[in-house]
Amino acid sequence: MTDPTTRPSATIADRSGVARGRGRGSSLADRLDAINEFDREPVTDGHLQGPGNFIGFYAGEHVAGTEFVIGPLFVAHGVAAGDLLLGLLLGNFLAVLSWAFICAPIAVRTRLNLYWKLRKIAGPKLLFAYNIVNALMFCFLAGAMIAVAATAVGMPFDIAMPGLNDLYPSSVGWVVTVLAVGSVVTLLAILGFRQIARFSKVAAPWMFLVFVACGIAVLPQLGVRSPGDFWAVANEKIWTGVPVEGRVHFTFWHVTFFAWFTNMAMHIGMADLTILRYAKKWHYGFFSAFGMYLGHYVAWIASGILVALAIQNSTDIAPGPIAYLGAGVTGLATVVIAGWTTANPTIYRAGLAMQTITPNWKRWKVTLAVGAITSVAALFPALMMRLLDFVALYGLILMPMGAVIFADFWLLPRFGLRQDYADWKQIAFSWPAAASWSLTLAACWAINAVWGLQIFFLGLPGWFIATAIYVALSFAQQRAFGMAQAERYAGDAA
Amino acid sequence: MRHLLKAGSFVGLGLTVVPALFVFSGTLTWRAHATLMAVGAVVWFATAPFWILREDAAHGAMES
Repeated sequence: MTDPTTRPSATIADRSGVARGRGRGSSLADRLDAINEFDREPVTDGHLQGPGNFIGFYAGEHVAGTEFVIGPLFVAHGVAAGDLLLGLLLGNFLAVLSWAFICAPIAVRTRLNLYWKLRKIAGPKLLFAYNIVNALMFCFLAGAMIAVAATAVGMPFDIAMPGLNDLYPSSVGWVVTVLAVGSVVTLLAILGFRQIARFSKVAAPWMFLVFVACGIAVLPQLGVRSPGDFWAVANEKIWTGVPVEGRVHFTFWHVTFFAWFTNMAMHIGMADLTILRYAKKWHYGFFSAFGMYLGHYVAWIASGILVALAIQNSTDIAPGPIAYLGAGVTGLATVVIAGWTTANPTIYRAGLAMQTITPNWKRWKVTLAVGAITSVAALFPALMMRLLDFVALYGLILMPMGAVIFADFWLLPRFGLRQDYADWKQIAFSWPAAASWSLTLAACWAINAVWGLQIFFLGLPGWFIATAIYVALSFAQQRAFGMAQAERYAGDAA
Repeated sequence: MRHLLKAGSFVGLGLTVVPALFVFSGTLTWRAHATLMAVGAVVWFATAPFWILREDAAHGAMES
């Protein structure tokens, strides 16, 4: 999965001096703007970036600690080998298309980050609500990453690892390990966020090769002696098509939609406006393929192979132990580094969003609070062992606002309606955007409850629902305003 | 100097991934592969930061 949080906007607060804060009496809009004060203008031509930066960014961002969990969970869900390989191929392709055709064109035309684009459309008060939801999602995501790192830290101490079906903390040792890892990650996020962000850039290429090496090195233990053996072993021992008890059986379509929507918040949810606004051309969105096919194809396959060996050997299936099977101490180090470097900016980004609630708190205090929430969340293995469901939920919750941006940018002008209406009218809370968000989520829930469509698939109908609702309600809002204006002019004239 | 550092980094990456191929072909033990990977990690992290971060700074990060 992505580390959605290494987005460059996470570093803005450092320079904008968020820690200095604003007075208690400052408005919500002021507080939000303070966090982004150096990021409100469109990117200028002199700051546009070439293809290499985007290739590096996407390749690095999508090889994260959670890749050690997602690959194994596909195995647990009983994916068949053919379904996995083809489903990932198609799903990742659709994800790349979503970046290239939905997110990137708006990014290069507006050159604004998500924050400012959404502020213009939704108004600062609705943006505040979006920020808080986003922050909570980030806390849980960071919690999963800390839990991943804890499985590696706890292994040398023989800590009992959580099992696939564990939902609650399984041992005192696990609790102590998670809290220790959470404390260190939080402390480092407070002391040196930027240094760790730089360190993660260095670690990314190495981490990817560790995934590859782990997968290759354990193949002989599974019975693969030559490339010709792979397909048979893949079907018989790795992706057998038989789910673990209590898990939904994943088909080709599950894999496809999961791969497509793993980063739903980033592409059709528009979070990557923040990245792609630096692109010289819209087609730089296609460079997301480097992240998809390295991280969400090769790394997921490699970690699936590792967990198959763990199942064969009847050993723990947690990320730390399976990485140890592939690369020994280096595997453990990789899990720790991958978990740490991705949890760090996640905590930082959540802190940025949270700071709008507590403007008088110093930066370190907010990060500490977020780190505490994250560490407590990490205690629950459910977060890690149900990561596929959480990732799907995370994207689904944030996606409607991306659809609102899409509709506002492309569709409203075609219906003769004004874009960025909240900005133009100085509205603090756009009710069409808010209604699109909440009604879409309600509709998705209803689709799930009534027709039983699983969460992995809801993003697709949800996007169309959000788009349609926003256009219809914008029409109602702007038409009502137009009629009121006309009546006022008529009254003035009389 | 930078070329030397880059060369060292690529050796580190090589030590990370190439031994796995030898394990697959049956010409290297898993234990030797694990040891070489650890050496590769040390070499990578001892050399890569000095040129990756410098190039990053030179080209400008995607930050406003």
